[in-house]
Amino acid sequence: MRRLAAFTLMLSTAAAADGPARDGLASVRRTGELRWGADAQGGAPYVFQDPMDPNHLVGFEVDLSVELAKRLGVKARPVHGQWDKLLELLARGDFDVALNGIEVAEEKRRVCLLTRPYFVAEEKLTVRRGDAHAPRTLAALAGRKVGTLPGSLAERILARAGAEVRSYDGGQNEIYEDLRLGRTDAVLLDGPVARYYGDVEPELEEVDGSFGEVSYALAVAVGDEALLAELNAALESLARDGTLARIYGSWGISNAETAALVGAAPAGVSEEYERWRAAVGKLPPFWERVRTRYPQTLSLFLAGAGLTLALSLVSMALAVALGLGLAVGRRYGPMPLRWTCTAYVEFFRGTPLLIQLTMVYFGLPELGLRLDPFAAGCIALGLNYAAAEAENYRAGLESVPAGQTEAAKVLGLSRWLTLRHVVGPQAVRISIPPMTNDFIALLKDSSLVSLVTLTELTKTYVNLASSMRDHLGLGLLVAIWYLVIGLPFAQLSKRAEAHFGRHLRKVAQ
Amino acid sequence: MTLKVDMLVRRYPGAAEATLKELSFDLPAGTLVALLGRSGAGKSTLLRCVMGLEPFERGTVEVDGAKVQGTEEVSPAVRERQLRAVRQRLGLVFQSFELFPHLTALENCTLAPVKVKGLTRAKAEDKARELLAQLGLADKAGSFPEQLSGGQKQRVAMARALAMEPSVLLYDEPTSALDPSLKAEVLQTLHRVDATGVTQVVVTHDLQLAKGAEHVFVLDHGQVIESGPPGKVLTAPEHDSTRKLLASWLEDGSRKPT
Repeated sequence: MRRLAAFTLMLSTAAAADGPARDGLASVRRTGELRWGADAQGGAPYVFQDPMDPNHLVGFEVDLSVELAKRLGVKARPVHGQWDKLLELLARGDFDVALNGIEVAEEKRRVCLLTRPYFVAEEKLTVRRGDAHAPRTLAALAGRKVGTLPGSLAERILARAGAEVRSYDGGQNEIYEDLRLGRTDAVLLDGPVARYYGDVEPELEEVDGSFGEVSYALAVAVGDEALLAELNAALESLARDGTLARIYGSWGISNAETAALVGAAPAGVSEEYERWRAAVGKLPPFWERVRTRYPQTLSLFLAGAGLTLALSLVSMALAVALGLGLAVGRRYGPMPLRWTCTAYVEFFRGTPLLIQLTMVYFGLPELGLRLDPFAAGCIALGLNYAAAEAENYRAGLESVPAGQTEAAKVLGLSRWLTLRHVVGPQAVRISIPPMTNDFIALLKDSSLVSLVTLTELTKTYVNLASSMRDHLGLGLLVAIWYLVIGLPFAQLSKRAEAHFGRHLRKVAQ
Repeated sequence: MTLKVDMLVRRYPGAAEATLKELSFDLPAGTLVALLGRSGAGKSTLLRCVMGLEPFERGTVEVDGAKVQGTEEVSPAVRERQLRAVRQRLGLVFQSFELFPHLTALENCTLAPVKVKGLTRAKAEDKARELLAQLGLADKAGSFPEQLSGGQKQRVAMARALAMEPSVLLYDEPTSALDPSLKAEVLQTLHRVDATGVTQVVVTHDLQLAKGAEHVFVLDHGQVIESGPPGKVLTAPEHDSTRKLLASWLEDGSRKPT
């Protein structure tokens, strides 16, 4: 996964270097929108779904995006992107600015432009309350299991300290959950994360003091100097008039370093933080969640399920059409075509779908083909599943005895007529069950497209689970959603199988 | 003359000896002919070569003026064209019938007339029903092959072949896939078709079936060694090797009643 990320980063860097200088500002002005990329799975308090009403995206970076857009005289529009892919998506042009706790680091300047910092986070260590052996100093971390996020400053600090680093690709919940359950000894993460996921857990405690500091900045595409200047000016003005300090104050994440940057936060309650505590501090009992919280997820899950279904249907249609061509080409075509079809099947069957999707979405733009996320998802899934379908149909075609083809030949039927009226209909019956199986698998594999900014069913669940801190209940809910969209197809397949196998039902004689 | 085979040579790649060695015969039109020979004599190869299911190197197969030559004598494209013309004049009833299992008896008999000959569906169905009725299957038109007995399947296969109106209808071992008690019934059906004037060639190693034919050819080691009416060939053969063959068949017959 990491190596893959590095690979795609290379690809997109090359693309960015070759392309003409971008003018994001002009496109922002033209569309009246500031498209900003973030990962809602990243969680509170950055960008997340309001646990009390998941239809709304909230977080201090959401507030920041709104204020920034206001200064630019446009509207802010969030675009979902997997967190560790944000900079590649930015280079690809999926949004104008990445705004999601992006750390200021030298190596990032090769792939994007960074604004002035808007926040400084302290690295905070969280341990189990009352754990006598808990590591509480940097030195004590050596050799201990410590959880953190991949690619973060915290990860580098831990590596230097000689800790046994556990990086989590998922949400923050899991990192602290593992600590609570004793699977790790400590967690080192940015202050805001520690506050929202560590502090709310009574069994955990935050160790005093900072283990390092990291600044967050906005990222814009390489060459997009005009937008960079505009955003810097907007940040400057937001700092000067106290807007930033007010936002951080209300989210309860102010600290001395940030105050030096944007001024001190006004005294008072951190209302957003208190709201979060109230919402997730203690999960309501299951049936209460079913009554009060889950109904609000309906429209989100519906949208996710709709996307999953649409993706799967389009991909499957592509896979079936291409698979048929491959199977027929492989069985009846001239030698070079047979080899080509075999090579296709082996390639797409033998390499991970994730790599194929990454190549289609991030790699093809290098060759000048820039697909939108839905198209890229359908093409990658379709190309991949075509290999499986080709094998299904080949098995179906081969299951028809050679005598059938000879009988057709003797009757004068051409190759095409034989395939169409004799071999094909008999092969279909054999191919339907594995085809159904593949479709259900495709329905699930379509969750991979969250990589390319699409919030389908699984991603919807992961985001919700992260913001509502509820994995089990929502997990059951999403399972039901998958079954609801999958079962009708299983039923349809049974009917089709019965239809094509009707000649095998013996009548009473 | 309906079916004429002249100097046919078929040698399998890598085989020391040819399977068909300049084999020739000329069928009398409108008769019921048995092509007799023990297994390995080249009967199946001959049948497959005549039907174009397998190539032959030299010689000709001629049906009603249409001719196929050996692969060493004409180009593949020419040969393919020749084969198409010859196949139109030939029908084959496979040993295992090879009915299309997903089609009803009627559909089995109308598929090729509609798709190949371009008959209207109604015309093809009328013709097929007529043939099925002639073969005693009037009430089985809507049945799928799986729902039919072995004998019924064979008659559907005959109807399917006859629907294409061939000059010559060939049978590959018509009794071997059936219960021995059905032999008489098969013979009866063959005679019924014989009455319509179609030339029939029954490839078999079944003496009883051969006795019911009007003319017998005996095949051995890839050649026709004797021919004539069954009364003569099967009771007073001219050739020594025919006598030996008959003796061995009778022995076989006494050991396993087929």
